[in-house]
Amino acid sequence: MARAKTQAPDLALSDEIILSMKEISKDYPVADGSFRALNKVNLTVRRGEFLAILGPSGSGKSTLMNIIGCLDTPTEGSYYLSGLHIADQDEKTLAKIRNREVGFVFQSFHLLQRQTALENVKLPLTYANLSEREQTERAKRELARVGLSDKEESYPNQLSGGQQQRVAIARAIVNNPTILLADEPTGALDQKTGLQVMEIFRELNRDGRTIIMITHDPHIATFAGRVVRILDGELSEGGVADA
Amino acid sequence: MLKLGVVKQSVKMSAKNIKSNKMRSFLTMLGVIIGVAAVIALITTVSGVSDYMLDYFADMGAGSLTVSTTGTSLKSGLTENDLAEIRALENVESISPSVAVYTNVVRNELVSSDAKVTGKNQFYFIHNDLITRGRPLLESDMSGDVQVTVIDDAAAKKFFPGEDPLGKTVKIGGILYTVVGICDKDSNIMSALLGGSGDGTFYIPYKNALAMNGKNSVGNLEVYVKDTDHTDDLIDELEHLLDNTFNNASGAYSIFNMDSLLEMMNTMSDIMTKLLAGIASIALLVGGIGIMNMMLVSVTERTKEIGLRKALGATPAVIQLQFLLESVFLSVMGGLFGILFGEAISYAATKLIEIEFRFNLSAVFLGFFFSLLVGVVFGWAPARRASKLNPIDALRSE
Repeated sequence: MARAKTQAPDLALSDEIILSMKEISKDYPVADGSFRALNKVNLTVRRGEFLAILGPSGSGKSTLMNIIGCLDTPTEGSYYLSGLHIADQDEKTLAKIRNREVGFVFQSFHLLQRQTALENVKLPLTYANLSEREQTERAKRELARVGLSDKEESYPNQLSGGQQQRVAIARAIVNNPTILLADEPTGALDQKTGLQVMEIFRELNRDGRTIIMITHDPHIATFAGRVVRILDGELSEGGVADA
Repeated sequence: MLKLGVVKQSVKMSAKNIKSNKMRSFLTMLGVIIGVAAVIALITTVSGVSDYMLDYFADMGAGSLTVSTTGTSLKSGLTENDLAEIRALENVESISPSVAVYTNVVRNELVSSDAKVTGKNQFYFIHNDLITRGRPLLESDMSGDVQVTVIDDAAAKKFFPGEDPLGKTVKIGGILYTVVGICDKDSNIMSALLGGSGDGTFYIPYKNALAMNGKNSVGNLEVYVKDTDHTDDLIDELEHLLDNTFNNASGAYSIFNMDSLLEMMNTMSDIMTKLLAGIASIALLVGGIGIMNMMLVSVTERTKEIGLRKALGATPAVIQLQFLLESVFLSVMGGLFGILFGEAISYAATKLIEIEFRFNLSAVFLGFFFSLLVGVVFGWAPARRASKLNPIDALRSE
């Protein structure tokens, strides 16, 4: 990983900039040639930012999220996350980067149904090889942060949608990742609960956490400090959502 | 490098997943249970039966050679001289002539016209532990004019009903004999083959028996071997000696080696056990396929879970380990139940056919090892498939 860092002389990575994308393109093979989902995307995120990526479905925002989350690698361009060069890494290294650098929050929560809330929150830590005691300690702390201390032993199907998403948020931040990456975090929630979840995001951001949120909802995007729009695979900086 | 914590977590996860699918897990395990149980039951029972048979035949004269002579027109059997020469061979512990006489035995009004009377010497009783009461025939009885007899249970029952035969007399071939000992039925294969009227057997000093037959040479002889590792050498020496004795006449004698028969039986029971275990292990194979099937279903069902775990940082190796552990867990648990079940079956089987139940440790290890192997072999492909899943597609799947 030290090697990856030295490969970025022209990007002038400072401590401030934790995510840097340059000319990122992603092509998918289709029946007649290939389909370009992302076209020369440039994006920089500074530590402590709350960024919303706003775009309708089919705009390429899922592809962008997958690349930001190191679930996928770009066809072209360079991507640095926390000083690490994310192209051409093998599966194993990508898994480790995801574990340490990225906290995922999904639209449909993705909690393991057969595990308690506490066990769900612990999950990323088990892959980080922490002691059982430390895992439990940290998971309890994060559950308390999202206000679910009394639900540690509850199973997902015993929790409301909003509570489940809060468990998922606790899971996303438990390993103290560089970025919190949320994909339509309110998409499966009613408006009121959705706003509660956004309040939690806002609080986390106030505490210094960097958040990247992908959404199609301009209203939700207003919670972010900065909004970028994506349309047909192209990113346009600036502007506040017209709510 | 996989850390212990990951392994521990995987074990816990596997146990949990198996528990939450109890019925399915049990049915899947059933294949392995039946397979292992069949292997264990067959190995234990078959080896029990063959041990029993070997013991039985070993009682019939292990460590001894039986020399039977038919003689030639010049020489009908073995003389005292020949016997002395055989006895002098280095690897010979002792010998006992075997002279069969069928004659009338009379006690008061109890008569058997065709009783089996066998002439033996003292070594026969030293080599075979048969005496239950009284004393065996001794060296001092062998002069040819001591009239004592050892009788077996059947003879005691027939000629001394409700009485203690010891010290009582019976007329054998018209001569009065005193009963000095009672013995178990002789299980020597040669004696058994010679049969008799079922009125029991009377053992008398062999010279007395020769006299009854009007002969002065011995037809059959048991040779007790000192060092059974060199029985073959002794047979060579015996053949050499007997060839000389009978002037190289063909077919004048034969030597029967119980140990070689035992060896043959041993080999056969070994082959039998392996064959049966091989057939039984087909059930194990079927069990393995069952596990593979269930694991493939499980991987498909849990695609989303796999995707999530990968997103949260599980490496392909960790995913593979988790699924592999699950299948190993299933098959080893099936194996342990199978071992218990198999031992129970063989215990019942041995009791049913009235032989001794012997716990066969190597069969247990074999069962355990094979179930482990089945788990790894048949869990490998599904686990591999799980580890190769693309997290993006996996997370999107419903």
